[in-house]
Amino acid sequence: MRAFDYQRARKPEDALSANAARYIAGGTNLLDLMKLEIERPERLVDLNALALDRIEDLPDGRLRIGALVRNATLAAHPLVVARYPVLSRALLAGASPQLRNRATTGGNLLQRTRCPYFYDPAQNCNKRDPGAGCSARGGLTRNLGILGISEACLATHPSDMAVAMRALDAVVETRLPGAPGETLGRSIPIAQFHLLPGSTPQIETILQPGELITAVVLPQPLDGAQRYRKVRDRASYAFALVSVAVTLKMKQQSVARVSLALGGVAPKPWRIEEAESRLVGQQLSDDALKTFCDALLSGAQGSATGNAADPHRLDNANDFKIPLARRMMIATLRDAAKEA
Amino acid sequence: MEMTAPVGRNAIDINAGGLIGKKLPRVEGPLKVSGRAPYAYEVHPDGVEGVLYGYPVPAPIGLGSIGSIDTDAATASPGVIAVLTHDNMPQGYASGPALAAALKENRLVNPILASHVIDHYGQPVACVVAETFEQAVAAAALVKVECSADASPHFDLRTEQYDAPKPAGGPPPDSRKGDFDRAFGSCALRIDESYSTPAQSQAMMEPPATLAIWHDANSRDAKAPRLTLHTSHQIVDWAQEAVAALFGLDREAVEILSPYVGGGFGAKLQVLPDAILAAACAKVTGRPVKIALPRPQIFNATSHRSATIQWVQLGADRHGVLKAVAHRCWSGNLPDRTFYEQAAAQTRHLYATPNLLIEQRNAALNLTLAASMRAPGEAVGLLALESAMDQLAELGQIDPIELRLRNEPKTDPETGKPFSERRLVECLKLGADKFGWSKRTAPGQRSEGAWMIGMGMACAIRTNLNRPSGAKVTLSGDGRLLVQTSMTDIGTGTYTILTQIAAEMLGLDPSMVTVALGDTDFPASSGSGGSWGAGSSGSAVYDACMNLRARLAHEARIPADRAVFARGRIGDGRRRSQPLRALVRRGALVATGSISFGSFSEQYYEAAYGAHFAEVGIDRDSGEIRLRRMLGVFDIGRVLNHATARSQLIGGMTLGVGAALSENLVADTRSGAFINHDFAEYLIPVQADIGEIDAIMLDAVDDKTNPLKSKGAGEIGVCGAGAAVANAIHNACGARVRDYPITLDKIMDHLG
Ligand SMILES: Cc1cc2nc3c(=O)[nH]c(=O)nc-3n(C[C@H](O)[C@H](O)[C@H](O)COP(=O)(O)OP(=O)(O)OC[C@H]3O[C@@H](n4cnc5c(N)ncnc54)[C@H](O)[C@@H]3O)c2cc1C
Repeated sequence: MRAFDYQRARKPEDALSANAARYIAGGTNLLDLMKLEIERPERLVDLNALALDRIEDLPDGRLRIGALVRNATLAAHPLVVARYPVLSRALLAGASPQLRNRATTGGNLLQRTRCPYFYDPAQNCNKRDPGAGCSARGGLTRNLGILGISEACLATHPSDMAVAMRALDAVVETRLPGAPGETLGRSIPIAQFHLLPGSTPQIETILQPGELITAVVLPQPLDGAQRYRKVRDRASYAFALVSVAVTLKMKQQSVARVSLALGGVAPKPWRIEEAESRLVGQQLSDDALKTFCDALLSGAQGSATGNAADPHRLDNANDFKIPLARRMMIATLRDAAKEA
Repeated sequence: MEMTAPVGRNAIDINAGGLIGKKLPRVEGPLKVSGRAPYAYEVHPDGVEGVLYGYPVPAPIGLGSIGSIDTDAATASPGVIAVLTHDNMPQGYASGPALAAALKENRLVNPILASHVIDHYGQPVACVVAETFEQAVAAAALVKVECSADASPHFDLRTEQYDAPKPAGGPPPDSRKGDFDRAFGSCALRIDESYSTPAQSQAMMEPPATLAIWHDANSRDAKAPRLTLHTSHQIVDWAQEAVAALFGLDREAVEILSPYVGGGFGAKLQVLPDAILAAACAKVTGRPVKIALPRPQIFNATSHRSATIQWVQLGADRHGVLKAVAHRCWSGNLPDRTFYEQAAAQTRHLYATPNLLIEQRNAALNLTLAASMRAPGEAVGLLALESAMDQLAELGQIDPIELRLRNEPKTDPETGKPFSERRLVECLKLGADKFGWSKRTAPGQRSEGAWMIGMGMACAIRTNLNRPSGAKVTLSGDGRLLVQTSMTDIGTGTYTILTQIAAEMLGLDPSMVTVALGDTDFPASSGSGGSWGAGSSGSAVYDACMNLRARLAHEARIPADRAVFARGRIGDGRRRSQPLRALVRRGALVATGSISFGSFSEQYYEAAYGAHFAEVGIDRDSGEIRLRRMLGVFDIGRVLNHATARSQLIGGMTLGVGAALSENLVADTRSGAFINHDFAEYLIPVQADIGEIDAIMLDAVDDKTNPLKSKGAGEIGVCGAGAAVANAIHNACGARVRDYPITLDKIMDHLG
């Protein structure tokens, strides 16, 4: 671990004026990566003293979640439990109680991939070292992506929280340095927040250097049912192989409104609104669901071909995620429909 | 004493104070939970100052060689005192004549920084020593290693399997009885399947860590000239021997101290890079050096359990009575290593058969050292054998328990030797009753909501091992007893059971007994490994106490066989009694004791036994497999402490659940890296994976094993546990998965 400067910000302006600094919130991701020399910030600005730890019930029915609200607090908040159960469930399906007590809303959105090759500095990784190549391709890909990936990068975004937020159409509020002495704010729909890797997998979000997340705003609550279903290799304390966040409203056996985001399969929560609108007005028949799943999984690609982790063991590859994602989308929608 | 005959009724049987078997809470528990039991990285010995920190630099390739190492930037980095590479290791390192023998015995990892050769990925190739830990880590990242990879490394057991030779050492790999081929060919029921188990990591909680101190010959240091290692090791006498061999020292010039060990599971049977590098760095810098291996390096620079490929053939008549059994297996290790994963071990002893064929081969693989992990052999061998037995039961339409009963041997199937004691049938019957085995349905018949439910069972067997051990007991004038042995407590409860044995033997309250462990200056012991620790070291303490009792009786002028020890007093069994402390003159009364196991133990086949029962649920949508409940019933001879023994047993069962469902250390066959090298990616079970779990111990004694009449409890819990889970999965959904771990992708076609 390198020596670094450390500064505690008292107000957002302090943070924004700290040039070329990295923010630290819960530290549950950043510190691990610093210890492994994967992240090497020279300056850290600690956000924990900022007054960004409130959950506000806005007059228009929206809910604003401060960037420093801990995952545990958010999951247990009565308004979240009542109005956005999909988010509460997603948070509780993540990490462990100790981690959730520390992890923040902003940090969770910005946590980095769990690709094992990203975590081993002796392996090639275009995220760590742009242009170095990708050792994951042809290696152990069980927890890597099948959608939205590129030649340069197979990583997934590992967050559970973000998947639920995507299904809820959350908006990320930020501030960034403007003209001297000023700061600018912007609101970023979560759909635009995470970027696909293309040839620049080191650029993971739309945020500019030094841009500070201040809050995440959830739109007015939706009626109908919400579900979060996470599939993993052990019962707790494991990242999703596939996860599904659903909000669903049925009307006379047909879909009135639906949103569905997939986690564990792509560099960002995976959602295709167009497929959702085609499902509206239909019954959840086998055919309709198949068409819907086909649309979400269009272009999905496993990595078994050329797998060198152990060419005899497909469990080290991720092809199974394609049928698994399909099964889980269908099961979760059908389950939600019972109460929607 | 030496075991020469079955042990008659003794003080342990009489158990006058009721301490043997008692659930005495761990005597060192309060120290551990209050942070006052210093583990190796936490010791601060009096007078030791100026401790430096070392941080190893791992090889970035598999097999190959170092071209050059540029240490300039690291050396110039703040706080750095030295950077060790193969060019500046201390004189005499890795050149002594004793080293070859130590390597052959698998007492240490391949010597590191010994030459430009890289044996495997992650092998340390340099070590930075700095004033602080953080400075060492930062500088380690600045060491530039140029290396060239060998063009044809061997990283994949599958491709090396066919050329794998017979292991050149270790237990005899092959065994043949009767004519397997002929017998198998004419069997009415035949199972012929192959299995694979992945590499596994011992994954103990405490990282390997060492503080090394050289006591300079010229100093006034009382310990000079000597090397002291505060380290984390399961058998300190082995560590002493290996460190001495590696640094060309006399054994007596090496002191190993491991009073507290935070788990080992076999990984700490070897001297690991932390100890080697700390000793070397301390020598070169002339200051004490501390090193703990970071978690990613533990997976790649210590040892692992080899992957296995197994081929099991079972031939039986139509009643399921076995006529022919063959078990072949392949594992791997570094070239020239003799240790192999003897996955066919249990098949020699578990079921009666007139025709038996055992063949074990070990491929040369350029991966990290393969070595012992809890129940080497049986832990993975039973995953194959007991899955095959379940399949045989299904084929013959016989209840799996009934099948075992029909194949229960009267003598050891391989050698014909008598069993010392074997109560497997009782384990099976009691377990079936307690678990509700009769409620098991045909495969795929039971469900609850989204869950498909199934039950499975498997047998457990683990050969009982004993090793010579010694102990010393000292009774002081205040009536307190000190027990000293080089034995270790690796989290198993040794401090507690030795306290119980000594207190029981001398009629003392346990609070009057202090047990001191993990020091090579104490009488040499068995150490902790192979489940032999409690029986071997406990017997040495028993013997030392017997000798002390004789001394005390003599002093009290009571015939030794009439002396009664109770409440801190010695009496003649009638009216006369006096406090023990009254007999202590000149400060202390000392006695030593030992146990050795001669040819007597060879006359019997000794093992611990058990039966596992598991119930799993499988999510019909996702295929996620979750253990709902599990029960093990065990014959481990006399139970010395029901709480610590149970903890060992359910801990073992938990390891078995991990082997069945999730543990998979993946070797990337391009680089030879164990690539999922942290606890987020190498999945050991967590609390939520285990559900309801319990272990029942038969009320048993085995008078052929040792004076305590106990058998090992540390490993039997894992043996067969995973197979019970695998068989339950089959019962739930009909899938028979033979490539472990059984992950959801492998059963997806059976979910409907
Ligand atoms: C063993 C383990 C298991 C886990 N399992 C799961 C799981 O199953 N599911 C899951 O979703 N997550 C899981 N996590 C990840 C965990 O959720 C994240 O580590 C956590 O949410 C990160 O939040 P933090 O506040 O600690 O972020 P930090 O580590 O403090 O920061 C992370 C990143 O965000 C940046 N940052 C933080 N706050 C702001 C801000 N306000 N504005 C701009 N930038 C900011 C930091 O600069 C840094 O780059 C796991 C983590 C661990 C260690």
